Amino acid sequence: MTQMTFARAINSGLRKSLENDPKVILMGEDIGALGGVFRVTDGLQKDFGKHRVVDTPLAESGIIGTAVGLAYRGYRPVVEIQFDGFIYPAFDQIVSQVAKMHYRTQGAVKMPITIRVPFGGGIGSPEHHSESPEAYFTHTSGLRVISVSNPQDAYTMIQQAIASDDPVLYFEPKRRYHDKGEVDESVDLGTALSMEKARVVTEGKDVTLVAYGPLVKTARDAALAAADEGVSVEVIDLRSLAPLDFATLEASVRKTGRLVITHEAAQSGGLGAEVAASITERCFYHLEAAPVRVTGFDVPYPYSKLEMHHLPGLDRILDGVDRALGRPNSLSGLEG
Amino acid sequence: MFTDDAGKGGISAGGPGSSENSTRRTGGDLVQLITPAGERISHPEFDSWLQDVSDEQLGSLYEDMVVIRRIDAEATALQRQGELALWPPLLGQEASQIGSARALREDDFVFPSYRDNGVAYCRGVKPEDLVRAWRGNASAGWDPFTVNVATQQIIIGSQSLHATGYAMGIQNDGADCVAVAYFGDGATSEGDVNEAMVFAASFQAPVVFFCQNNHWAISEPVRLQSHIQLADRASGFGIPSMRVDGNDVLAVMAATRIALDRARHGGGPTFIEAVTYRMGPHTTADDPTRYRDANELEDWKAKDPISRLKSLLDRKGLLTADLEAAVAAKADAVAAELRAGTINMPEPAPLDIFKHVYSTPNSWLDRQQEQYSRYLASFGDPAEAASEEGAR
Repeated sequence: MTQMTFARAINSGLRKSLENDPKVILMGEDIGALGGVFRVTDGLQKDFGKHRVVDTPLAESGIIGTAVGLAYRGYRPVVEIQFDGFIYPAFDQIVSQVAKMHYRTQGAVKMPITIRVPFGGGIGSPEHHSESPEAYFTHTSGLRVISVSNPQDAYTMIQQAIASDDPVLYFEPKRRYHDKGEVDESVDLGTALSMEKARVVTEGKDVTLVAYGPLVKTARDAALAAADEGVSVEVIDLRSLAPLDFATLEASVRKTGRLVITHEAAQSGGLGAEVAASITERCFYHLEAAPVRVTGFDVPYPYSKLEMHHLPGLDRILDGVDRALGRPNSLSGLEG
Repeated sequence: MFTDDAGKGGISAGGPGSSENSTRRTGGDLVQLITPAGERISHPEFDSWLQDVSDEQLGSLYEDMVVIRRIDAEATALQRQGELALWPPLLGQEASQIGSARALREDDFVFPSYRDNGVAYCRGVKPEDLVRAWRGNASAGWDPFTVNVATQQIIIGSQSLHATGYAMGIQNDGADCVAVAYFGDGATSEGDVNEAMVFAASFQAPVVFFCQNNHWAISEPVRLQSHIQLADRASGFGIPSMRVDGNDVLAVMAATRIALDRARHGGGPTFIEAVTYRMGPHTTADDPTRYRDANELEDWKAKDPISRLKSLLDRKGLLTADLEAAVAAKADAVAAELRAGTINMPEPAPLDIFKHVYSTPNSWLDRQQEQYSRYLASFGDPAEAASEEGAR
């Protein structure tokens, strides 16, 4: 076990993949000499060369589109989209090409492309630097979407993503890059928890609280605070956003009877809606109350002096837990 | 490799008797080796790339062009008869497609658009595979790796990036094959084609951008797309270009050979503008009489790529009754194969809809497949269900 930051853990995972498979190629803007704007690829070009860690021109569609061609040629490209808000110029290549090539060619052409997306807010950035675009991709068949919440998962799941023959969007919570944690670098990918599985972070019996990426830590803190008030919250880290691991979610909701889901992304059409609808379909007779969403607002990501209002914090999440429990809360007395 | 200094200096892009400088010139005069009347014009540089083209091969190019025109006509007829949902005719572009595709080596890899059926035919794609997607029986007709042709791209210009990425892979492998992107004049307005040229130039990737300027992007004329010759755009990216008569199979073949040779020897990308004309509609769904002048079509008919080569063959005394009979027989056979293959094409099974979305199991999709499978099974035996329906 080694103590390392989140960013360093991804770096180590990338290094391992580069070492193990000569077909792995990293591509992106500024990922070479600079080591990426967040230094996630620090030192990799120096050690593996410019042909394995490729600084590209500033063109997101170009980065993804050339990765498609490299995958055609038998490579496993790992591309970095520098910031969440820069992924949109590449949207067509991701949803029309990367996602559909395997289906289009009836399995003849695999797209083992990993798209790393530093995402989410809380770092005081200007616009286009704090967005949560994951729902666009969970809605697209052919893609797998994961998000990591701690250094160990960051290390393991980047390698699982690269090893996947399907394309994977790998969402990195950039405000957690400097958080430290224990990482077991000797982990066996074959026996490690699959990247498709959710994990129960904190066991509880009164309410199921679902989170992913940057909000897992906030959710865990909320569970600790709730425990002080005598409420037992079970926190689940989704890890995989598409497909969602409903088996783990169902088991928890059948136990607690109550569901709260939290994410930074806007509420309408978001992942919380999918979780709420699907769990209602599957666990209707086990639910004691309607599922509750605690999310970002349906606004463009706000300027940084307002972002603390947009991002679900510990108190907003606890207020959501109170709503699920039917305890006095900010909306008490309101219909619906 | 993928470094910005990967130019390697390259070797002379020219063949025997040519110089790199002359092909580095961008745009400029249209290179033509066969006049519309079928007269062979000499061109010191381009001719040097055609010295191996025998009389027999000229006849073979003629056969190819006649056959793909026949495939095109047969597919258009099949669409009119309701056997295909849609068809994008290549009528008029035979020389561009045959001249370029016959210049390729087997291990080169082609990234075509939806209209490049003649190119696919040259690579060995079976006639019925050309129409599989247009009939709606599959998203694409063939396995790309059996013919080294990616499936036809419908999003305009998208494949130019795939070709460039593939070429970066070739470069990384140290191989000497080439990736070729086929696209039309309209695609040059797309961001992806421009990004592809940036990447190709930056990494000096072995890719050929083969643009068939057929003058129309559905109803939008090329003059709406560009105020300069399309070939001239390449110089802005640092990519050498050539502008050739796209209805002249020899000019196209020579230009493609020059570009391929440059790419194989580390000289990087080349942009070829083959100036041609789409004599039919964009697809069988549109009506060109609504947007273009009939006189324009008449002008281009006089430049027809097949009659031009036929005249050349005639002038050379090669247009024998035997050749004509052999070509007609081949065209008839291919057309018959296409028609039979289309009409007898097996229907996909309902649950095929779920196949190949992912290469490994996906719990969401598995559940939907299971549920739909139960739904289908709820009808019992389909034959029985049909007879019950009839009895009602």
